[in-house]
Amino acid sequence: MTGNIPFNIPFVAVAALISIAIYIIISQRNLIKIVMGISILAAGINLFLITLGYREGGVAPVYTHAPTGVVAEMVLPVPQALTLTSIVIAVATLALMLSLVISIYRHTGSIDSEESRKMKG
Amino acid sequence: MIIAIPLLAAFLTPLIGRISGKARNTFVITSLAFVGFLVIILARDIFLNGLHVYTLGATEPIPAGYMVPVRIMLEVDSLSIFMGIITATISLIAVIYSFSFMKGETGHNRFYTLLLLLVAGMFGMEFTGDMFNLFVFLEIASISGAALVAFRIRFADSPEGGFKYIVVSAISALMVLFAIGLFYAQYNLLNIGALAQAMQYTMLDKMALAILIAAFAIKLGTVPMHMWLPDTYSVAPASITAMLLVASQASMYALFRICFTLYGVTLNLATVGWIVIVLGLLSMFIGVTMAVRQTDLKRLIAYNCVCESGFILLGLGVGLAVLGNPGALATYGTMAISGGIFHMINHALFEGLLFLVAGAIFYRIGTRNLNEMGGLGHLMKFTSILFLLGALASSGIPPFNGFASKILIYESVYQFNPILAIIGILVSIITLAVFMKAFFSAFTGPVLPKYKDVREVPKSMMIGMATLAVIIVLFGLFPGLVREWLTDPAANALINQGAYIEGIMGVVP
Repeated sequence: MTGNIPFNIPFVAVAALISIAIYIIISQRNLIKIVMGISILAAGINLFLITLGYREGGVAPVYTHAPTGVVAEMVLPVPQALTLTSIVIAVATLALMLSLVISIYRHTGSIDSEESRKMKG
Repeated sequence: MIIAIPLLAAFLTPLIGRISGKARNTFVITSLAFVGFLVIILARDIFLNGLHVYTLGATEPIPAGYMVPVRIMLEVDSLSIFMGIITATISLIAVIYSFSFMKGETGHNRFYTLLLLLVAGMFGMEFTGDMFNLFVFLEIASISGAALVAFRIRFADSPEGGFKYIVVSAISALMVLFAIGLFYAQYNLLNIGALAQAMQYTMLDKMALAILIAAFAIKLGTVPMHMWLPDTYSVAPASITAMLLVASQASMYALFRICFTLYGVTLNLATVGWIVIVLGLLSMFIGVTMAVRQTDLKRLIAYNCVCESGFILLGLGVGLAVLGNPGALATYGTMAISGGIFHMINHALFEGLLFLVAGAIFYRIGTRNLNEMGGLGHLMKFTSILFLLGALASSGIPPFNGFASKILIYESVYQFNPILAIIGILVSIITLAVFMKAFFSAFTGPVLPKYKDVREVPKSMMIGMATLAVIIVLFGLFPGLVREWLTDPAANALINQGAYIEGIMGVVP
């Protein structure tokens, strides 16, 4: 990504992913689709974290065998650590959500969220 | 170490559980009691010496030659240790209660493991000085909390409540992560103290503040994002509901930490203060009006929870709105914040008691529907007295602790804007009406024939509930002591942003 596009494509991608994910979570009735929406939201936010650490023309932030000379600037490493942690947490959350969906399916026989809304009011 | 012990104990629990059930129970109780003991020692230390900073892995926050703190910091001031005391007390009582409440369930090992993980997550959220650490512990608490809510999967509505809780928690935690990304992009810092010092109130900061307030308000159960709360609180096992309550209060702590310490006087106080006040008022009003038409006992108490957290938000919103005005702050701002914080601990205590009592009823007769209950007071005398105590405390009747905290909030809010205090008093009256309805339909009246052989609840549940009741009465009779030792230092710590920053950065150059 050099600078001859009018605006930053990664940030636009982040905005698109997050808005699609929120639309899915709000409007879908199928429980599995809601879980997928949360997965897309997590992906969008992880992409946001990595993108904000990007520096023009930077290299991977590793000190051993780092290229010296003209290019000496590194991409920020801290957001990459945050993203790794977030991916791990998202995996655990999704595993729990899917197991709960299985349990709901066993009880009510459908994964439509309208069917399983026993508690109202 | 307070965080490390529950974490370690959580992972040791399944191993010990293979030896015997009794050994595991003793292990859980001793580890939680030890943690409580450590919390009290730390509380005394902080009360005498001021706030504590612990850097993970180094001896001081800023290494020589650097300008910014480098490692993850745990920073404990009076407010954090106050929340820590709440967490330690309620978790100990919940574990005592769980010993006999979970008698009919299998998988005890996993239950206690998850419970200890939840406790570790809550302590982490309260003691951390680092924003990303806050996010990590928020997720730990959410995941273990949701797994515990859905623990009894043989009922049809438990996994549904658990699913709602995990979806809502995941969305709000991801929003928090987004805001943390915004902070990092601007300031290259994650530490709360360092961020507070470097904060300029740019447009991105406003966005981050809005996202953070919304995310923590969702996690808290304020209106209009409260839909998950009654479902989740009513299907969880009763001791877990008490723990989830403290988890919601830990998110409340995070919200206030952000509003007060992170932003301090650099934000547009009147607007944000009024937003918090409006959220509090909406929660109070809608919470209590929806509680009137409930037939399920635990849903009723859950809507009362929404109402009470509205009170806390009201008190702290008033304090937030007058933060920049030293005269008003001295007269009623500090009192409002102190009342709100006092109400936090009272809320945990009496809502915990009410949920434990509702759980006791459910344990004996297997239903939560008020229409089917009747005349239990003759058979379960002790339980009905405890329910009455919790109900009166919740409505703010003297001499219970609800009265002490609510009078603080009423007095200070009245000086701020009289209408708010009047709404608060109205809401308390409606709360009393709601609980009288619940009490009369569940406990008084003739004994229904199908409940003739219902006995009193087992002893460990009784000990748990009785402890909470004793603390409630004590707090009600000696509110001055509580104010001086617990809540006033906490309120001052919240207002005193400079001390928090100084703990991290050393003397500001």
